[in-house]
Amino acid sequence: MRGKQVTLDGNEAVAHVAHRSSEVIAIYPITPSSSMGELSDEWSAQGRKNLWGQVPEVIEMQSEAGAAGAVHGALQAGSLATTFTASQGLLLMIPNMYKIAGELTPFVMHVAARTLATHALSIFGDHSDVMACRQTGFALLCSGSVQEAHDFAAIAHAATLKARVPFLHFFDGFRTSHEVAKVELVDDDSLRALYDEGAIHAHRARALSPDHPVLRGSAQNPDTFFQAREACNPFHDAVAGHVEAAFGQFAELVGRRYGLCDYVGHPQAERVLVMMGSGAETAQETVEHLVAKGEKVGLVKVRLYRPFPLARFVAALPPSTRAIAVLDRTKEPGAVGEPLYLDVVTALRELRDAGETKLDPRVVGGRYGLSSKEFTPAMVKAVLDELTVARPRNHFTVGIVDDVTHRSLAWDKSFDIESPDVVRAMFWGLGSDGTVGANKNSIKIIGEGTELFAQGYFVYDSKKSGSITISHLRFGPRPIRSSYLVTSANFVACHMFGFLERYDVLAGAAPGATVLLNSPYAPEKLWDELPRPVQQEILTKRLKLWTIDAALVANESGMRGRINTVMQTCFFAISGVLPREKAIGAIKAAIQKTYGKKGQELVERNFAAVDAALAHLHEVPVPGTVTSKLELLPPVSKDAPDFVQRVTGAMIAGHGDDLPVSAFPPDGTWPVGTSRYEKRNIAAEIPVWDTKLCIQCNKCALFCPHAAIRAKVFEPAALEHAPGTYKSSDVKAGEFAGSKFTIQVAPEDCTGCGLCVAVCPAKDKSNPRHKALDMATQAPLLAAERENYEFFLGLAEPPREKVKLDNKGTQLLEPLFEYSGACAGCGETPYLKLLTQVFGDRTVIANATGCSSIYGGNLPTTPYTTNRDGRGPAWANSLFEDNAEFGLGIRLGIDALRSESLALTKAHAGVLGEELVAAIEACEGRDDAEIAAQRERVKLVRERLRGSKERPAQRLLQIADYLVRKSVWLVGGDGWAYDIGFGGLDHVISQGRDVNILVLDTEVYSNTGGQASKSTPRGAAAKFAANGKSLGKKDLALMAMSYGHVYVARVAMGAKDAQTVKALLEAESYRGPSLVIAYSHCIAHGYDMAFGPEQQKLAVTSGTWPLYRYDPRRVAAGEAPLVLDSGTPTGAIGAYMRNETRFRMVEQQDPARFKAMLETTQAEIRARWDVLQRLAEKPHVQEPAKS
Amino acid sequence: MDLTTNYLGLRLPHPLVAGASPLVDDLELVQRVADAGASAIVMHSLFEEQIRGEALARERFHDVHALSHAEAPSYLPASDEFRLGPDEYLEQIRRIRRRVPIPVIASLNGTTEGSWLAYARSTQEAGANALELNLYELVTSIDVSADDVERRSLDVVRAVRKSVTIPVAVKLSPFYTSLPRFASQLVASGADGIVLFNRFYQADIDADALEVVRSLRLSEPGELLLRLRWLAILSAQVRTSYAVSGGVHSGLDAVKAVMAGADCVQVVSALLRHGPERMGTLLSELREWLEQHEYDSLEQARGSMNLKRCPDPRGFERANYVQVLQSWRFE
Repeated sequence: MRGKQVTLDGNEAVAHVAHRSSEVIAIYPITPSSSMGELSDEWSAQGRKNLWGQVPEVIEMQSEAGAAGAVHGALQAGSLATTFTASQGLLLMIPNMYKIAGELTPFVMHVAARTLATHALSIFGDHSDVMACRQTGFALLCSGSVQEAHDFAAIAHAATLKARVPFLHFFDGFRTSHEVAKVELVDDDSLRALYDEGAIHAHRARALSPDHPVLRGSAQNPDTFFQAREACNPFHDAVAGHVEAAFGQFAELVGRRYGLCDYVGHPQAERVLVMMGSGAETAQETVEHLVAKGEKVGLVKVRLYRPFPLARFVAALPPSTRAIAVLDRTKEPGAVGEPLYLDVVTALRELRDAGETKLDPRVVGGRYGLSSKEFTPAMVKAVLDELTVARPRNHFTVGIVDDVTHRSLAWDKSFDIESPDVVRAMFWGLGSDGTVGANKNSIKIIGEGTELFAQGYFVYDSKKSGSITISHLRFGPRPIRSSYLVTSANFVACHMFGFLERYDVLAGAAPGATVLLNSPYAPEKLWDELPRPVQQEILTKRLKLWTIDAALVANESGMRGRINTVMQTCFFAISGVLPREKAIGAIKAAIQKTYGKKGQELVERNFAAVDAALAHLHEVPVPGTVTSKLELLPPVSKDAPDFVQRVTGAMIAGHGDDLPVSAFPPDGTWPVGTSRYEKRNIAAEIPVWDTKLCIQCNKCALFCPHAAIRAKVFEPAALEHAPGTYKSSDVKAGEFAGSKFTIQVAPEDCTGCGLCVAVCPAKDKSNPRHKALDMATQAPLLAAERENYEFFLGLAEPPREKVKLDNKGTQLLEPLFEYSGACAGCGETPYLKLLTQVFGDRTVIANATGCSSIYGGNLPTTPYTTNRDGRGPAWANSLFEDNAEFGLGIRLGIDALRSESLALTKAHAGVLGEELVAAIEACEGRDDAEIAAQRERVKLVRERLRGSKERPAQRLLQIADYLVRKSVWLVGGDGWAYDIGFGGLDHVISQGRDVNILVLDTEVYSNTGGQASKSTPRGAAAKFAANGKSLGKKDLALMAMSYGHVYVARVAMGAKDAQTVKALLEAESYRGPSLVIAYSHCIAHGYDMAFGPEQQKLAVTSGTWPLYRYDPRRVAAGEAPLVLDSGTPTGAIGAYMRNETRFRMVEQQDPARFKAMLETTQAEIRARWDVLQRLAEKPHVQEPAKS
Repeated sequence: MDLTTNYLGLRLPHPLVAGASPLVDDLELVQRVADAGASAIVMHSLFEEQIRGEALARERFHDVHALSHAEAPSYLPASDEFRLGPDEYLEQIRRIRRRVPIPVIASLNGTTEGSWLAYARSTQEAGANALELNLYELVTSIDVSADDVERRSLDVVRAVRKSVTIPVAVKLSPFYTSLPRFASQLVASGADGIVLFNRFYQADIDADALEVVRSLRLSEPGELLLRLRWLAILSAQVRTSYAVSGGVHSGLDAVKAVMAGADCVQVVSALLRHGPERMGTLLSELREWLEQHEYDSLEQARGSMNLKRCPDPRGFERANYVQVLQSWRFE
């Protein structure tokens, strides 16, 4: 080992090389590659220099297509450029990749390989994205571990300079990109020695320059294109040689040796695996284990995949090879086989035909590991075992049970090759308790402070509130190749006692393992609180049990809720990885390093937590018998439909891996209304309603992000069967006078965010601290409120026609978007919920990828649901970039069917009756009453045509529902609307069709972790704008208004909910394109979300977020098209900004710069207000467009 | 006219000092205050709660969301440059020291010992010429006795005294059972001076919204009287440096404060109301008054009207209360 040893993840390992090796870096966020760009941006913002003493220029583009275009240009200008991407992003780069390769340009892009969206999106890892680039002319270089990702990044940058063929360096998304491991860094001198200065000069000399002008990107005709295309052959032929040379030089400089195709295993192996990526690490570990047991098996790890090194590949195979299994981490339906398999077959055949080899093994191919599916030693063994049979199965799968086409290999789950000298630990944590951070820290302590090697991998669920994290850690004396989850841990910690009731937490514990539970119970009382299966498992496996009341220790140390330091201390105290004293010292040193910058306060609180932890840690006496009668809670309620029980339930319980192929819809179509069965029970406190104080404003229901507090009016007679603790009051006034009214909480769906209490305006006059809603501890209320909520749901919904559609009345309508996994206090979901309350029964939603598609459509459940008639929003996510076009297409499709259904209705006037036909034709579906009436007419149509055998009548029967107006909503965030999807959005609104666009504007890419968008305001820090965005927010609304025919509204529910409701109603009723831009507070802004509505008020009064509605219909009435719904800006922009960390941190970095930005913003607000006032005052001359 | 004064061991050309105010946040205003002749400038307070709070804010509102979702390891950039409010405060001390030639007096506001006190030392390192320790504590618990409060305050003073070598003044509220005794204990504990008095953020009530609203009103000349009384009482008995803060709006006000025993006269509201240049007006008024009344120097007037030297000390004592009440009744 010669370089500095550090622990970091694959993305950082790659960025470490890429940033030092580049002059221009064009980026765009996409999971799981985002952090490579983020680190580059941060490093450049800090002034970190590349190998040549310059700070690389990092620029965020509007999409991956934009990033590819930018690097193409940067390369043409003679600079060294790089980019990072994955999945759909890589697809968007393909056109430029052809160009960059066709022009023989040295260039490296680093790809955290990720699944492409097909029947579903997946953020996890496989090679389907990279395999879609085989044909671009790029060299493809694959690394399989964090160390390799670091090393091969350097190899790629070195080889491309010599080869002039661009490189796509890839590694497995998440498994490698997010695995934390101990690696040795390549130092600057070694990198400089690797990169050929002459080749860099040559690249510069080829640059576009008016000083020696050339022309590139010409158009060629049939006479010349073909020959010219073949002219690049020598360069591609030479790539393998350059890579091999770079590997050789690297070995000399650094000491680590790699080949184009590396063989490991028995020298006389008969059965050989061929693989790429992190799976090959597991395969190597398994092969070495089997060879030690005397089996003649081997593995070829393919490193350079394009150009495929035929000769080197065949040479890597032992002459004894009898059978080969090629494993591909991708799927190509309809192909003869997956790509690596085809290459291997072709390579063997070609070299045999050429007489260069006599090898003639049987070759089979199989698929594994799609979307980060686990790939374990047992699966490796299953594949090698299959090669022992006379006719091994071809085109198999391994890792799943295929009970439909029966292609899967069975594997022996008990096969385990973990070495006894490797410490294996699992930690079950809550997202917000800091478990993952503490574990990363432990890895650093062990990996960088001792000779031991360390590995960490972290599994998250898809929820953004109350999410579960499971950390998998290994520590051992050798480099760790186990690229799979820990399944036999010698240490298991459960940081949340409640998990024991829901999940099989101890399933991963090895016999005799140490178990640490964070529990509120005294050591001698703990045993009886454990569920029966947990007790049984402890006894059967003879587990050692320890406990600590970490919440208590954290609270007493002033670290409320953050139990990370406490649990970390306990881990070191009882796991024996390090001597206790040394470990405590190391933890404290790490705390000082982490928190020292943030002030001594945090350091001292953490120190206190460390000291107190040891005093509160107790071993639990384990009695010899099971005493508990408590069983695990069912994952879904017993009344759930069969599919939900079998499939959704298994996924919720964490047993999704066990579901066979037949369990799934083959086309990605899933039932709605499933979130109601997933009772997550995550709120420590829930709101309690005081009937006497309540003024029935319904703000609580309006603002609840999770539809977990609801309002209803109902007939007094219904109370007859109400549970004893059920609360109701008389309706105060209005159309439902005489009815009863209830505000009811869903105790197991509430996240405890406190927004409802924050917005509640009804105070007790004698004790204003008490409001109509107060938060109270959930546990004692749970049973009663569960029953009350059940009863509440069973009450009849009020007649929709009678409900006044305003901020108050809409909340009496049933939400068809409920209990999403969005963050506690989310600012987006209240808008969506409102939308479904008003139009849900007739709405189709096209949802851009982002937060709203994750809490909307990330399985196991979906919050979209149906009303009692079975109607509700139909929802689909196409892509990130195409949502406007996708939504327009839905509109066009619906319109086509509507006009066909209308034509057919008219054609059947004889049977249907002229009057009915005329009424159908005249109905515009403007409101609930009209929609209901039209639905009745459709019923009549069906009745009158029933039994008709004529084809036109049959056709009409099939599509008659389209006679009822459908509302099409295009939903997405600002990343979509302002950036990647803007071109499409702009085109769609230009078309005049009746689509409604709801932009949930958080002013940042929320889902991928807070990268700047063009909506990010000046002065806000965001990733890719680490020093604070210096330019202003794009005014999307003003741009849309410039068309004249687009309905445009800017709303902020927290500031003026009545205006929000009005805008949504107007947008929907407008028969042209409508754009509603909704201020959505977000955890990425860095403050307590319970103050979200307050911040919205400040945003509006300060003028940074003016409220208005621009309605082209008003022009026809001779009025100004714009109505301003907020007052003249007060100028208090500073007060608004300083409440949020995103702005505060910029001010703290550079107060003078922040002040200047604040002043510019202030001036801009004034200028924009002037523009808006003019639009609001002068009648507009433009004619409204006909839709 | 010799207006020189010695405050906390700082030799000042005259006693008029720009007191703690938001003016110090803006270097341009600082420059104007100095140009107008202020002999020193007091920073507004860095609060114990602010020091603790800033440190915890990022942890509470950002770190708590980090590493809990596969796609988003965090939601804000992890900048090494991230600085806390207190760091910014220290930086501003440095900037002011670089910008203007007059002494800068830093100010810390807190009531308990703890890690935040490390900032006392930091203010010295940042270049502060003296430190004003604001011991404003509003006790709301029946479990806290007057003794507890005073003991805690004295502990803080001792701790700060130990950690810095620059002079330390203690700024007090008027609400102590025995201010003279407490003042003498402060001096014994290492205080180099006493500032009378703190003006508070007052809590007002929004009767419509049933909310408590915070407000800070600028001082009125009437507020000076309370300070004159206590200056007169304390300066006669406890030997230390005194500053008056609150209610000085004219040169004559400054004269009175000096007569009552002040070595330093802090001006805030007058500057906020009329601009930094008001400092110049006050200074000329002070000088003119002394000249018109044929004083040799400011020193000649210092303490002339304190409890020991004024012709009728009853004016500062309890008897004054009776007289005022009676005179009011008969008018």
